[in-house]
Amino acid sequence: MSGSHGQRIRSAILVNGALALLVLLWMIPTIGLFVSSFRSREDITVSGWWTIFPHRAWEVTEKIDPREIGLDATGPMQVGGIEATFEELRAGVSTPDGKRVQWIGNRRIGFIEIQEKQWTTRWNFTLENYNQVLNGKNFEYKRPDGTVEIIPGDNFWGAIFNSIAVAIPSTVIPILIAAFAAYGFAWMNFPGRRVLFIMVVALLVVPLQIALVPILRDYAALNINGTFLAIWLAHAGFGLPLATYLLFNYISTLPREMLESAFIDGASHYTIFTRMILPLSVPALASFAIFQFLWVWNDYLVALIFLGSNPDYQVLTMRLANMVGDRGQDWHLLTSGAFVTMILPLLVFFSLQRFFVRGLLAGSVKG
Amino acid sequence: MQLVEQREERLGAGARIVAFIFRVALAVLIPIIAFAVLYAGFLFLRAGDAPKWLITVVAIIWGVGGVAALYWIFNWIVEMLPDQWTARLQPFVFIGPAIAILAWYLAIPTGRTFWISLWDRDGPQVGQFVGMANYVSIFTDRMMREAFRNNIFFWMLIATPLTIILGLLVAVLADRSKAERLFKSLIFLPMAISFVGAGVIWNFIYEVKPADAPQIGLLNAIVVGLGGQPQAWPAFTAIAPWNNLFLVIIVAWLQTGYAMVLFSAALKGIPEEIIEASRVDGATEIQLFFRIMIPYISGTIITVTTTVVIFTLKIFDVVWVMTGGQFGTDVIATQFYRQSFIARNAGFGSAIAMILLIAVIPVMIYNLRQFREQEAF
Repeated sequence: MSGSHGQRIRSAILVNGALALLVLLWMIPTIGLFVSSFRSREDITVSGWWTIFPHRAWEVTEKIDPREIGLDATGPMQVGGIEATFEELRAGVSTPDGKRVQWIGNRRIGFIEIQEKQWTTRWNFTLENYNQVLNGKNFEYKRPDGTVEIIPGDNFWGAIFNSIAVAIPSTVIPILIAAFAAYGFAWMNFPGRRVLFIMVVALLVVPLQIALVPILRDYAALNINGTFLAIWLAHAGFGLPLATYLLFNYISTLPREMLESAFIDGASHYTIFTRMILPLSVPALASFAIFQFLWVWNDYLVALIFLGSNPDYQVLTMRLANMVGDRGQDWHLLTSGAFVTMILPLLVFFSLQRFFVRGLLAGSVKG
Repeated sequence: MQLVEQREERLGAGARIVAFIFRVALAVLIPIIAFAVLYAGFLFLRAGDAPKWLITVVAIIWGVGGVAALYWIFNWIVEMLPDQWTARLQPFVFIGPAIAILAWYLAIPTGRTFWISLWDRDGPQVGQFVGMANYVSIFTDRMMREAFRNNIFFWMLIATPLTIILGLLVAVLADRSKAERLFKSLIFLPMAISFVGAGVIWNFIYEVKPADAPQIGLLNAIVVGLGGQPQAWPAFTAIAPWNNLFLVIIVAWLQTGYAMVLFSAALKGIPEEIIEASRVDGATEIQLFFRIMIPYISGTIITVTTTVVIFTLKIFDVVWVMTGGQFGTDVIATQFYRQSFIARNAGFGSAIAMILLIAVIPVMIYNLRQFREQEAF
């Protein structure tokens, strides 16, 4: 008996250990981004984000001005108990007592550091990156050799508002249209009902790429390219089959007697739909809404094609992708910019996770 | 209802005609006013010179309210008609908009894209009819062959099983852990991150610095820490097949949570007695997994695999943001985008889109068959 007890504990440790390892692997990328977004540009470029954890690193214990002690940088120099040339000092020379001597900067105006390995953490965080990304403030960066580099910030606020203006109607509109249609398919009789619903099921898996070129032509003819209306309708069109299918599955299972008694009381379809069906369907509507919201918020391709012509209406993903293209090395901006794009979806995810998962389960049938 | 009719009878013919005219006038006026308001809102939004927050607020109210208002108006008009006509027309108020949008955005474009794909780069209006020539060149073009290779080999045959296996592994492990919800949430979390954001995250992990500088990319820091040379992981021609794998890892990272949630729900559906019975019969955990669990959730495995395959077939954002499809990482969707919207070769791009559609037709048939089996209709 105690043997099986011990075995159970051992297997629990094994299971939880394996899971903890996997979760750690899964979290590291996001943690790295999160930590980096609060580090200064200089810190990011010279050290990994993991240096915020205690580690042993070379710390400066003494600074020597080579001109003061009369060193000649053209030949071998005596400093800190060792003898080395300028080139060797540039790379850093270890002393017998475990220290390191390094020349920082160039031959004329540089200086010499005596370094020692110590336990340390790089624990200085800043909100400056966010200030630059959100408010478009320019950033002045002083290089070690004294020159100043100006790095333009980015104005994400506009893109945040655009993303909201795109995502909320693109979530609500298809759900509203789908809810009406789902009710129609489930509880109304009309010719062609079955054929039309089979069309909905067939369209579930059609790749949206098929529609982009023709729709772009229609938009050009209607002169609505690059407007919010254009992208709402596009998201509505591409999201409708799944929304209709899922809501149909839900609404068609509502008890028939309830609807019939409402009819006997003289309620019209419209009244039943708005007064009974919609309130009853809140769980299904909510779970799909979260799904659709994340999908629209994180979308890049549809925005690229239908909003691409109008820079004023760029959404966050486009802004961030442009930044990756233009300033792929400005990690202080990229990491904070990426985190800005993630804040709202992460909030939605954590606060409504249970609904979200339920919506996903309902959607598992589709392709 | 009866009361109303009686009263109308008492009103006499003249009043009834006035009422009728009044009704018709309202039925015409209200839509006109509504459309005028909607159009004014559209112009305001398109001008876009108001403050950003105001535009956002107006856009949301206009967009959401406008759709709701249209339904209300059309229904109101239909309900004013004689009962017989109401019954006949009301279904189309309910499903009409959905059908119209589905037709405009998905059904008809299928035919139109096929038609465009039969023409050269300028399309049907001014271009030249080339028949199947675009399809022939798709299968002979070197870039397209590379895209097919990447889509089929790296995305379908590596990314999909990787996602499924990892998702299944986490689901089975989490099922036995007391902290199941926490573990599952954290694995699931990347689902909330956009592909563009994930691109930034992983670019940072794959970041390379010169050999003598400290590495700030995690992967190279580990490689250097183990005594290796820093590598330019995703964007380096010399390691062409490998950069695809590094993209695959990103997508597996994002999608495993999706597979896990569905598998986890399916595993919960296995009756406890079956598992207990096989334990009593002396089945090992491995046997239990392969003989009981896998067959029991095979339906879920098929559907999840299907969705992941469709997803990998259409993979675009990650590749486009990380490498732009260069260095041998092109996929069908990036080729489609480049041909249709950068090279402006409408015919060729449309043919690529048709290939994507043809590739999902088996899944479509599978879906329809499932639907017919459920026979909920």
